[in-house]
Amino acid sequence: MLEVKNISLTKDQHQILKNLSLSINPVEIHSILGMNGTGKSTLAYTIMGLPGYVVDEGEILWREQNITGLSIAERAKSGITLAWQEPARFEGLTIREYLKLSQKHTNSTLSIEQCLEKVGLEPQKYLERGLDNTLSGGERKRIELASVLAMQPRLAILDEPDSGIDALSIDYIKNVIRELVRAGAAVLLITHHEEVAAMADHTSALCAGRILKTGTPEEVTRFFRNHCRPCLHINKPLDEVLNNG
Amino acid sequence: MVDFTNEFELLAEAYAVSGGNPLDLRNEQYGLMLVAGNHILGKNEIPGLRIESELFPDGVKARITVAANTKIEKPVHLCFGVIPAEGIQRILADFFIEENAKVSFLAHCTFPNAVKIQHIMEGTIQVGKNSQMEYNETHFHGPRGGVEVLPKMKINVERGGQYSSTFRLIKGAAGVVRLDYEAYLSDESVAELYAKIFGKYKDDIQVKESIYLNGTESRGLVKSRIILADEARAEVLGEVIGKGVNSRGHIDCMEIVQGKKAKASAVPRLQVVEESSKLTHEAAIGSVDKRQVETLMARGLSEQEAVDVIVRGLLK
Repeated sequence: MLEVKNISLTKDQHQILKNLSLSINPVEIHSILGMNGTGKSTLAYTIMGLPGYVVDEGEILWREQNITGLSIAERAKSGITLAWQEPARFEGLTIREYLKLSQKHTNSTLSIEQCLEKVGLEPQKYLERGLDNTLSGGERKRIELASVLAMQPRLAILDEPDSGIDALSIDYIKNVIRELVRAGAAVLLITHHEEVAAMADHTSALCAGRILKTGTPEEVTRFFRNHCRPCLHINKPLDEVLNNG
Repeated sequence: MVDFTNEFELLAEAYAVSGGNPLDLRNEQYGLMLVAGNHILGKNEIPGLRIESELFPDGVKARITVAANTKIEKPVHLCFGVIPAEGIQRILADFFIEENAKVSFLAHCTFPNAVKIQHIMEGTIQVGKNSQMEYNETHFHGPRGGVEVLPKMKINVERGGQYSSTFRLIKGAAGVVRLDYEAYLSDESVAELYAKIFGKYKDDIQVKESIYLNGTESRGLVKSRIILADEARAEVLGEVIGKGVNSRGHIDCMEIVQGKKAKASAVPRLQVVEESSKLTHEAAIGSVDKRQVETLMARGLSEQEAVDVIVRGLLK
């Protein structure tokens, strides 16, 4: 469904992604584990097609079409979307309007009320509120997930949806991920939470812009604990790590 | 009562085209003053609201009083406009909101055919002890500009009073705008001054809003949202002077520049005279926030649609 083939990306004269390849199958949850600064968000932005995240080499195939040169909006219309780690806030835009905009180009079967309920926010309390600084960080992140749900994408890229979220709310995040898959989406899940990563069908460990290992969540989490957590050479993976993985 | 003349119909029609509900202008439950050029087309006083008026060759002088202890539930409509392409309209308005009163004014200023029109608004506002007044002024201009908008108000808020005004000029071309509001606050009073303007073509906009926090624990907010397209230019001066003990003030100015030849400047000025006063400001000038645009595009909106949504929100 999604084939990331040998992509490299340089930003501000630093090579961030290095010959990276990744495959995601339909209706699959694929989690990415990696320390800070290893290129996880860059990978997410590159797949989404953000300006400034144009690959130097390689290509991205989506449903067998090369989307490497497409804009964000074109990728979104083809069913890809992204939930940012720190979502933007909008002055003068209500949560109702934002969720409605998410459904503008889709035939979503979920109502915006249902989307809010699934992230644990009461529609009557939230729909008319502004999507602005009056929301806490956790509330804003949950609304971001509700908007991804509202869009009913084919591929949802979730960039650390669980960061800055209280422990009780993690269940809502997991529910949203399950709901996305139930509706037929693949999910690329970037997370630091092993508990959330464990939901995945496959997990990849990312270091210094390369995929070090892909496998079951258990295998990769074990690898991550043994090799990445104690790693003192962040962003400079040793050959033996790659060879002995 | 309302005098239903042809001009009234034209003004009501222009008001409807610009998004207002013309039925509001005929509703006897609403306080109303409707002025076209230098003619008073309609006036409706309701219990607690007195509107005294006097005509000039080029405008109208009005004294609007809300009696003490009166809470006017429905907004009072003040409708000003010039239907012909050219003319001068001078409105001299003095508002007296007596003690413990509450009122909200909706002022509509409509110039649908303007080629060379000067709209001068000068006045004073006295918000009495523990009273609340809201003044929302919305302009509806034609597409060609051709209007000089010159509003100048001095606002005095007495102890425990609250005043809030919003000047909104979004539809049509702004023309020339010279907005000059000054608010003087007594003890425990509050003033919030908002300006939302969309400048296009060669619009020339100057916004000056000042709040003098003279009273103990007085509070003031100056907030402006200016969007500039084409060759429009804007200069925003927000000013807060903290003289009262424990007074608090904030300036929040945002100008979005969309045209390559558009120009924006912002000058926030804070002056602390009393050491316990605390004043803050934030000012941002530039293009629309990139992350906001990308977020909306990731939901399938085109770049232009995303920018339009963001701009509409800022001006809402």
